[in-house]
Amino acid sequence: MIDRLDQIFVLLKHWVVGYLPGEWQAAAGVVVSVVVIIGLYPALFALTTVLERKGVGRIQNRLGPNRVGPYGILQPMADGIKSLTKEDIVPRSADAVVHFLAPIVLVVTVFMGFAVLPMGRNMVLVDMDAGLLFYFAMGASTELSVFMAGWSSRNKYSLLGAMRAVAQMISYEVALLLSSVVVVMATGSLSLVKIVEAQNHYTWGLPHWYIFTPWGLAGFLMYAIAATAETNRSPFDLPEGESELVAGYHTEYSGFKFALFFLGEYVAMFSISGLGSTLFLGGWSAPLAFLTWVPSWIWFFGKLLVSMCVFIWLRGTLPRLRQDQLMNFAWKFVLPMCLLNLFVVALWRFMGDGWLRWLVCSALLVLAYVGIGWEGMSRKRLGARSYRYAD
Amino acid sequence: MLGEGILKGLAETAKNFAGSFVSKERMTTVEYPEERLPLPEASRNFPFLVYDGSDWQAGLRCVACQICEKECPPKCIYIEKSKDKKPDYVGKLQIYPTKFDIDISVCMSCQICVEVCPFEAIKMNNEFELATDNRFGGLLLDRKELAKSNEYYHQIHPTEAAEVDARLAAEKAKAEAKAKAAADAAAAKAAGAPAPATPTPVAKPNEGERKS
Repeated sequence: MIDRLDQIFVLLKHWVVGYLPGEWQAAAGVVVSVVVIIGLYPALFALTTVLERKGVGRIQNRLGPNRVGPYGILQPMADGIKSLTKEDIVPRSADAVVHFLAPIVLVVTVFMGFAVLPMGRNMVLVDMDAGLLFYFAMGASTELSVFMAGWSSRNKYSLLGAMRAVAQMISYEVALLLSSVVVVMATGSLSLVKIVEAQNHYTWGLPHWYIFTPWGLAGFLMYAIAATAETNRSPFDLPEGESELVAGYHTEYSGFKFALFFLGEYVAMFSISGLGSTLFLGGWSAPLAFLTWVPSWIWFFGKLLVSMCVFIWLRGTLPRLRQDQLMNFAWKFVLPMCLLNLFVVALWRFMGDGWLRWLVCSALLVLAYVGIGWEGMSRKRLGARSYRYAD
Repeated sequence: MLGEGILKGLAETAKNFAGSFVSKERMTTVEYPEERLPLPEASRNFPFLVYDGSDWQAGLRCVACQICEKECPPKCIYIEKSKDKKPDYVGKLQIYPTKFDIDISVCMSCQICVEVCPFEAIKMNNEFELATDNRFGGLLLDRKELAKSNEYYHQIHPTEAAEVDARLAAEKAKAEAKAKAAADAAAAKAAGAPAPATPTPVAKPNEGERKS
């Protein structure tokens, strides 16, 4: 019974596909999975927008939206209807084709990432050997759509936003990749399914998730920072800094195209959170050994929602960085830490079992963290703010 | 150490998040249409016309002098003078506006009309729920819509209204004293030299004096 529940989506898919003739079943299975993914994540997106608006509201001691439906839970419906019925304005001087394609490219590339994410036991669309590589290839193409949007709009704000976004995403792409490579080094596989299986063991009831190792924790923190920057979330939301750039690269988008950008941003957050939990938090595996009877997909989506809540919490807490701070942080802190982490994970691998490797690896990482942090902070001269006026 | 401030900030926002569910005092907003905060006394939005007594047409203080119409920077006031006259608060016959329109879509709430009015006839209202589905007619207020009683004025701006009332009462008393003195003088004159008693013109209240 429990196994049935765990595999309920797989069984449902087989049941649906079973009505078709044999030669169509493989293709139909893929179509069914794709349709489910394309339906599920926008639904989660709708849920998250409400969570975010209410959560940030609570953080600011407000109530948040509470008019549409009980406690405002139907707010996304209202938002969706609004964006569907709004006029779709394309600037006269915009490059119409690229302007039209940009949101589509964004949404398509963002959804492609889900193809390789295992969302539960046996619940992966394509069990690719180089799944992680595929994921990062797709993740990197979102930069293309951002720049397409900024460039085709023929608007200074859009272009500046796109330039910022591309600069930021390329900088943090490096950190994102390097922080994930440690997992590949530890597992010896690029397949996300194998990575989850490698973490799905328990000692004394505790899981072997990579986050519970010194290099895993460091890698996870670096991954979280880079993922936040990669999805243009606060505090790294400079590309759409409304105080300077109106709305950044999607300034000239309205109506449903804007909604697509919005959707793309959130779905990218889901996918990058999903990858993060796959790499470091054991994917669909249960956090404690006695909880393994709970269906695996509940754990995956639970981890996803927890990551989204952390994203929202961070957004409600941190102010936006300045462009130079952003770049300094990427190249002078995150990148050195990621490179050191590569060394540490190699050390971990070759030091064998025992307490010594825990001590050495933790000491190395903590020392580097404190050292690089101290070095970065010592340059920062804090004092009374001084103003310079134009002569 | 690096990241200390971030943790402190996260703790603070978590405290706010949890606290907003338990303590009502934390909440910085009210649910507007159902609950509302009292407006501050100095709040103002668009002008209205003050009338004394219960009949808005008879009690309207405005004498259609058109100063406000001329002074209004965005020119949102339109006044038509009457042909006949009606008595004002001191009993003097004055003309009155047959038409007094303010286009609140043009008005910029500068209060200059209030500053220049010598008759305390136009004051600032604080009513702000003026949304209408009629873009032109709905925002063009005529004199009936603009007329508000002096009691209403007391209600929205008590301090200011009390000052205005005191001033008007003093003025009225002065005018009455002057009229009485004039009447007495006329009576004395009439007693001294028996001549047909002519109605003495009521002394014109000196506006310059009131302002000082």
